[in-house]
Amino acid sequence: MIGIVIEALIKSALIAFVLLTAFAYLTFAERKIAALMQVRKGPNRVGPWGLLQPAADGIKLIFKEEVMPAGADKVLFFLAPILTMIPAIVIVAVIPLGPDVELFGRTIRLGITDLNVGLLYILAIASVAVYGIVLAGWSSANKYALLGGLRASAQMISYEIALGLSIIGPIMLAGTLSLQGIVQAQQSSTWYVLWQPLGAMIFLIAGLAELNRAPFDMPEAEQELTAGYFTEYSGMKFSLFFMGEYIKMVAVSAIATTLFFGGYLGPFVDKLPWLGILYFAIKTVGFLFLMIWIRLTLPRLRYDQLMAFGWKVLLPLALFNVVITAVVIVFVG
Amino acid sequence: MLPNIPELVIFLVLAVIAVAAALGMLASSNAIYSALFLVVNFGVVATFYLLLGAPFIAMAQVTVYAGAIMVLFLFVIMLLGAEQMKPTSHNLLWQKPLSIVLIILLLSISFYVVLGQGVSTGSDLMQNTSGYGSPSAIGTLLFQKYLFPFEATSILLLAAMVGAVVLTGVRKQRRRIRKSRRL
Repeated sequence: MIGIVIEALIKSALIAFVLLTAFAYLTFAERKIAALMQVRKGPNRVGPWGLLQPAADGIKLIFKEEVMPAGADKVLFFLAPILTMIPAIVIVAVIPLGPDVELFGRTIRLGITDLNVGLLYILAIASVAVYGIVLAGWSSANKYALLGGLRASAQMISYEIALGLSIIGPIMLAGTLSLQGIVQAQQSSTWYVLWQPLGAMIFLIAGLAELNRAPFDMPEAEQELTAGYFTEYSGMKFSLFFMGEYIKMVAVSAIATTLFFGGYLGPFVDKLPWLGILYFAIKTVGFLFLMIWIRLTLPRLRYDQLMAFGWKVLLPLALFNVVITAVVIVFVG
Repeated sequence: MLPNIPELVIFLVLAVIAVAAALGMLASSNAIYSALFLVVNFGVVATFYLLLGAPFIAMAQVTVYAGAIMVLFLFVIMLLGAEQMKPTSHNLLWQKPLSIVLIILLLSISFYVVLGQGVSTGSDLMQNTSGYGSPSAIGTLLFQKYLFPFEATSILLLAAMVGAVVLTGVRKQRRRIRKSRRL
């Protein structure tokens, strides 16, 4: 009993540490990749190749003045960034990072836990993740912030449906809601992206919309809303929102890897289980690169186009995908 | 049989949070805070379901109630700007004594039921229901034993959805007709 608790605590701490480091270097990678794609140099002053830039940014943000708007609701203004940050970290708990390994005479699962309702857990956390953003918009006592918060939540609720439906494909193929089970089912067949190309695409698009990232970054459209729901935030609270967004990027990439790209599977994983983590990391980084690439390539959508696309194109397509998958499973097997 | 001690401790802590959240929902004068207290309450109830070995219901509770429905509540409150409650007007004064009478009635009924049946601990509920709340068990029940009510509910929901679409669509058509008349 105690052993399980200690193991869970160590793994949770490790994963939180990895996620926070990933956040820091993801911002750096984004700036560097943007610079390369735009034929600039990017951050290159702090440390070799600018590698210490995230640390410098962090120190700067810690020492920035925290401003509280006059009419703000103090409790919720303080709570909102935390509520945005926590779901982003917590959602990673059910993602398997590798097969079971032997360490100090114990069998240890790589990944914090494996629920038999793992995918429902992900959907549940995703649906609660809206609160931080809505409350940030409302508590700031600022019209731009409120509009940004409302836009964000409307967008997240709309795309959540397509996201949930795109997940049903892998569930039906694997016959389980556990993520470990879905990964293992992909060992005997192949990666589900081959069976579910439409589902994978819908998941990626809806995932980008859930993240409020370009080209779906309507809630923070600078020209219309200054910065949307975090207009009034500064210092560490502001960086918590940023952290939330980037950690959610990692989480969505990890979930996409698990559901459609075989998770930790790869050559020789059955002999060397630790390789699983490496494969998983490579695939996740690939998705992160794709997200940055998309942001640098596509312009922002208009709000009515975004909603029409979500409800009139993505949702029917996702439903169609579910029906086709069910028919094929029943008749072909 | 002795109840499972850690489980009992978790239950008691959660119970206190649940009651506190419910009281907070009633007592706060700001509708946004009321809604948020209700979210906390829903979350705690979901954890109760987990303790009772029903993970599917727990996750559905969080997704549907704590997530989707309460976000819509918050939306409406924010868009209407109805977060500050006005002092109750005099024609609602009769509600106060009535509410006290109803509370006493409710409490006495629930005490009667609980004392009549004896308090059962969570652990023997768990024994009765192992595997009962798993997704596959629920799916089998829904699609075999309770197929008709399940489908009837889905038709009801579909009708409600179509109704909402029709109600918003009609207004647009009228506006179009008015526009064409003006031309």
